[in-house]
Amino acid sequence: MNLSRRQLLILLPAAAVAWESVLAGTPESAPNYKMTDHWWGMLIDIPKCIGCGNCVRACQTENDVPDSLFRTWVERYHVSDENMTEPEVISPDGGKEGFPVAQADDKKYFFVPKMCNHCAHSPCTQVCPVGATFVSPDGVVLVDQKYCLGCAYCVQACPYGCRYIHPTKKVADKCTLCYHRITQGLTTACCEACPTGARQLADLKNPNDPIHAFLKTHSVQVLKPQMATGAKAFYNGLDGSVR
Amino acid sequence: MSVFKDAGHLFRFAGLFVLAFLIFLVVRHYVVPKSFGQYGHYRGAAIGEIAARPVKFAGHESCEGCHTDEAAKKNAGKHAHVNCEACHGALAQHADDPSIKPVLPDTAVLCARCHTASAAKPKSFPQVDPVEHAQGLPCETCHQPHSPGMDAPKSNTGGAK
Repeated sequence: MNLSRRQLLILLPAAAVAWESVLAGTPESAPNYKMTDHWWGMLIDIPKCIGCGNCVRACQTENDVPDSLFRTWVERYHVSDENMTEPEVISPDGGKEGFPVAQADDKKYFFVPKMCNHCAHSPCTQVCPVGATFVSPDGVVLVDQKYCLGCAYCVQACPYGCRYIHPTKKVADKCTLCYHRITQGLTTACCEACPTGARQLADLKNPNDPIHAFLKTHSVQVLKPQMATGAKAFYNGLDGSVR
Repeated sequence: MSVFKDAGHLFRFAGLFVLAFLIFLVVRHYVVPKSFGQYGHYRGAAIGEIAARPVKFAGHESCEGCHTDEAAKKNAGKHAHVNCEACHGALAQHADDPSIKPVLPDTAVLCARCHTASAAKPKSFPQVDPVEHAQGLPCETCHQPHSPGMDAPKSNTGGAK
């Protein structure tokens, strides 16, 4: 073999990179899942939500979420047309067991399901001092619970209040967008359990995903767009009073 | 070499620095996980670990694989868009091992959870006051949950509809 010094110098770093990825191994499950083919988000259709709490219970079951902590929850807004900036918001036990019956009055009511927005430029991942939380190559904000120190910087950094410290594991915990399900071709537990289709998992890299047709034909907004977090939980029919 | 005359102490320090740096490299090699930095400033293997968590909701496609008759009935009725586990609960265990029998949901709780009338619900969603509407009768007297239109046998209500 005849290698010039120039060729050797080009080959060495390439070989080092290749060897690193050999050492790193491959993710354990979902052999047919290619991360670079997906960019996950969620569509939340507010006019369809009936506040039944199915999503909250399904999430708790699927992900062993501790009581009185939530990866997803539902809020009920009660807004008067004169004072939009001070809505009356309730979320009894995250809406897990539904909501008290509302009597019609001169204000408007609606439900808003909340969850991690899986931001593309998420503030929560930027503040982690140890690299325990990150945006995966397919756009899901995850927590490496073996690496997390439990310092809760990320809990404070999330503008949407979507993180908590797990009471027994003492590490940050949050919505994984049911990563263990979506990598197998299933939808998330909350979407599976939603009886009205108010929540729909969206793959923004899949040109055949109905999300594209929906986004083209509806006025869709994200929460707190002024934060420029690149949020990927898209809300249809989002009222200006929602915070 | 008069420049390095009386400079032995500098070489000893330099040697210590090189040694400390080598120790740092060795420790780093063992302490930093192999997959750290594979995709970014985090442990790449964590992604696989999170993806390997167990599934609790089997997904409606699993259900429909066996329960074709129930699925056909449901998909022809008004509950077509409601997935099986929205009412029946998480049943991946049952899907993996059909000998594990699921508990039938209680319709008194289940129907009311969605269909109890409330001014907060979208107007187009079918809703009733359960007390006034059913007058104490269980919902399935008149409505079959898989196809909730008014097609229950008349014997259930003593002929009244």
